[in-house]
Amino acid sequence: MATPAPITYATSALFDRRPLHFDPSLRRNRFNLLFTTIAGVFAAIAVLPLVLVLAHVLVQGGRLVSFGLLTQLPPPPGLDGGGIGNAILGTILVTLIASLIAIPVGVGGGVYLSEYSSRGWFAQFVGFGNDVLAGVPSIIAGVFVYGVVVTTRIFFDQSYSALAGGIALAVLMLPTVIKTTDEGLKLVPQELRWGAYGVGASKFVTVTRITLPSAFTPIATGVVLAIARAAGETAPLIFTALFSPFWPEGVFSPIATMSVLIFNFAIMPYEVQNALAWAASFVLVMMILGANLLARWISRMAKV
Amino acid sequence: MPTDPNPALNADAFTLRRRPPAEKLVDLGFRQLTLLLASTVAIVLLGIFLTVFQGAREAIATFGLNFLTTSNWDPVNEQYGAFVAIYGTLVTSLLSLLIAVPLGVGTAIFITEDLIPTALRDAIGLMVELLAAIPSVVLGLWAIFVMEPAIRPALNLVHTLLGWSPFFNTVPQGPGMAPAILILVVMVLPIITAIARDALNQVPVELRQGAYGVGTTRWGAIFSVILPAAISAITGGVMLALGRAMGETMAVTMIIGNALNFDLSLLAPGNTIASMLANQFGEADGIQVSALMYAALILMVLTFSVNVAAQWIVRRLSLRY
Repeated sequence: MATPAPITYATSALFDRRPLHFDPSLRRNRFNLLFTTIAGVFAAIAVLPLVLVLAHVLVQGGRLVSFGLLTQLPPPPGLDGGGIGNAILGTILVTLIASLIAIPVGVGGGVYLSEYSSRGWFAQFVGFGNDVLAGVPSIIAGVFVYGVVVTTRIFFDQSYSALAGGIALAVLMLPTVIKTTDEGLKLVPQELRWGAYGVGASKFVTVTRITLPSAFTPIATGVVLAIARAAGETAPLIFTALFSPFWPEGVFSPIATMSVLIFNFAIMPYEVQNALAWAASFVLVMMILGANLLARWISRMAKV
Repeated sequence: MPTDPNPALNADAFTLRRRPPAEKLVDLGFRQLTLLLASTVAIVLLGIFLTVFQGAREAIATFGLNFLTTSNWDPVNEQYGAFVAIYGTLVTSLLSLLIAVPLGVGTAIFITEDLIPTALRDAIGLMVELLAAIPSVVLGLWAIFVMEPAIRPALNLVHTLLGWSPFFNTVPQGPGMAPAILILVVMVLPIITAIARDALNQVPVELRQGAYGVGTTRWGAIFSVILPAAISAITGGVMLALGRAMGETMAVTMIIGNALNFDLSLLAPGNTIASMLANQFGEADGIQVSALMYAALILMVLTFSVNVAAQWIVRRLSLRY
């Protein structure tokens, strides 16, 4: 026994003397590594669909994009050529109608919830109703508008129309717009409102000149996202806006939209139509991703 | 000017500005206007319910509760039962959640718990959010032409191995319940990930520090401290995703096969309430419209109860820490 006896401290009886450096072979560390790997694999699986869908849309749809595609009418089944010009115009028109309805109503409703209601039963009820409306399946919004607008023919005796489609999309946009307005206004510091009242502004002036402009960024972000979501909706349009192989003939007649075109042409047994469905997907996805990045940019601008 | 008992105040030391009636009127009008706009939510919600209920009344009177349990959908003889669609709605949404919940929560943990650099975390988060922005109809198109042909060999293998069980005893031939479930996974995954991510981010930092302070490993902290603290919000998010999966229409309609006959097999074509509506509503007339409205009413009741349960869970189960 040449080695000197180890120096003993009073505490060494209490602590075991396992080294303090990291030992990967310990059970707890192997368990840790295992779960980190699993989470990483799950994250990779979650990202995979976006990559695959985007790749196919870009390749299959992107190679078809040409001036003619964007400006011509779809061909009759069995014929070659043609484009999706009417559907692009239709999507813009129907989404515009929906925005013109949903944004004023939604911002107004959000203003009421945030600025006027003092957490009374009515505000609670509207808030709850808004959450319920946000959960209503989009196809039900279509059924609703079909029952209220299409079958009753209340607009100049027209049944299927661009206006009906726009109303159906507005029903879907409304909860998002109300919610983002309400939450955006709640972020405005109370001192701003007090300051406005202090210099003698009325409530109306305070809301329209001080509070709403201060909350512009979150509201604009939410509105852009709501528009992007509405532009891609199909289910509420199938039996409200219907479809049309022709150029839009005003807001009171059936209208083609890109989303319905994709649905109709995807299930047709013609390759030309299938290719047009991919091309429409490309245009639609680019518009929607563009809007999403725009929304992101708006909210980033405000933070700087 | 009204006379004030205090003469010092009466001597025009200051004048109180009276609000002009016009200003008061504008204030009141604006308040009433926003009140009206806020009521739109209630009106639309009530309108949806009344429209669907009114439309369904004829079918409710004719078929009664048998509508829920019979599976013949026969427009020629005007006999309708929605069992196939109800079964399909429940099975596709529940099974898709079974797959999507571990994936979504795992992804959320991966991008909140400081396992990888921030830039990579943000990139994954952004990609999952963008996946939510892809329209359902585009996912359906992708499912028809890309996903379903790609997974068919795997489904064939499942059939060969598990063909003895009634759930896999049909040969996969294109559209069916299994591809529909997979495309639903893709659709609800972003919802679950986003909500789980928010929930995990809101766990107070003291809880993490406390767990690490007593010497736990990262996953020890995740399993015994962080996930229990976030579980109410995550469960609420899962319920919201369930509601979304039940009502999801386009992608499912394009890939589920829209069968009218009942088949227990997941590899066979099926149907959901939403896809039945999407397919038949435009061309239906007479009592078929009413039967479809009845199915829509069932779908509304299902999604409504799931959404209300989600809100209740978030409020009731939240931990007090």
